[in-house]
Amino acid sequence: MVRVLINVPKQMTAKEPFDVKVLISHPMESGQRRDQLGQTIPRDIINHFMCTLDGETVLEAEFFPAIAANPFLSFSVVAEKSGTLALTFTDDHGVTQTETAAITLT
Amino acid sequence: MKCLLALIAAAILVIGAGERRSGYDDASPETRAMQDDDAANPAFLWVKQGEALWSEPDGTEGKSCAGCHGDVTSLRGVSARYPAFDSKRGLMVTLEQRINLCRTNHMGAGSFAWDDDKLLSLSTLVGLQSRGMALAAEPREPYLSDGAALFRERMGQLNLSCAECHEDRAGLSLGGSLIPQGHPNGYPEYRLEWQGMGSLYRRLRNCMVGVRAEPYSPDSPEATALAFFLAVRANGMQIETPAVRP
Repeated sequence: MVRVLINVPKQMTAKEPFDVKVLISHPMESGQRRDQLGQTIPRDIINHFMCTLDGETVLEAEFFPAIAANPFLSFSVVAEKSGTLALTFTDDHGVTQTETAAITLT
Repeated sequence: MKCLLALIAAAILVIGAGERRSGYDDASPETRAMQDDDAANPAFLWVKQGEALWSEPDGTEGKSCAGCHGDVTSLRGVSARYPAFDSKRGLMVTLEQRINLCRTNHMGAGSFAWDDDKLLSLSTLVGLQSRGMALAAEPREPYLSDGAALFRERMGQLNLSCAECHEDRAGLSLGGSLIPQGHPNGYPEYRLEWQGMGSLYRRLRNCMVGVRAEPYSPDSPEATALAFFLAVRANGMQIETPAVRP
């Protein structure tokens, strides 16, 4: 559906916060704009984002039309053991996409 | 006397080089931070697509870019030389045109349109390989003089030339935005205003539409000569591809 870049540090320590950076390619069409014929361009945004670590919710967010195209998210995560970070996006068409990143603690 | 003249010429060159400012130097700290961090630079979404396209066979020959060029890192320094003269065809070609020539001549695939996302992805990927190197377009006539003349030619209903803004008024403001010197060292670049990637041609086209002129078509000799002149004018500046600009 969309291209996603997930960036996590190469080295992480248990119980120490680390930054997760996510770039998502998406037009984030606000639904407020009109095309050259004056017709409203339908809204098309990612409206829901969820990040889980081995099934446990880390961050859940609702998105609204004021977010620019190709959203960039940055947030901190504290892990107690190695696992898989799963990022799930849902868009206005109801399509859901999940991307994963491995969390390896040292 | 000759020695003194040479010294003066060298001094002028040095001052000229010192006064040249990349758009990066005048960008806001937030914009610069986006460009500095590959994880935050949205252009890397295109790089990622470019990496996938690089080894994907296309066209009747069943070849991919990687089939001939191998790993894309082998193209380090290539984009620094472009636009470059193609002696076989007797033409000046931009990097985008070179990619399309590769496709039509070697892959048996069709040309991409100038604003095709796939062309932008590939040119961004190739441009990225030369990041940090100095622009090194080889001066060549008559393209350099043609480009310089076009740079100073007034055009459009507003009757403005490139030079009137990007040389005479560089550093001043246009409707609240800073007028840059117009160096092509970060293309293709992610422009926040566009919310997407754009080639140098897209930038030129926007400027031409801005002065209410009929834009040069993407593969016209004028567009290429102008791009070539800009590259030679910026020779020695550091390549920032993919840059982030307001």
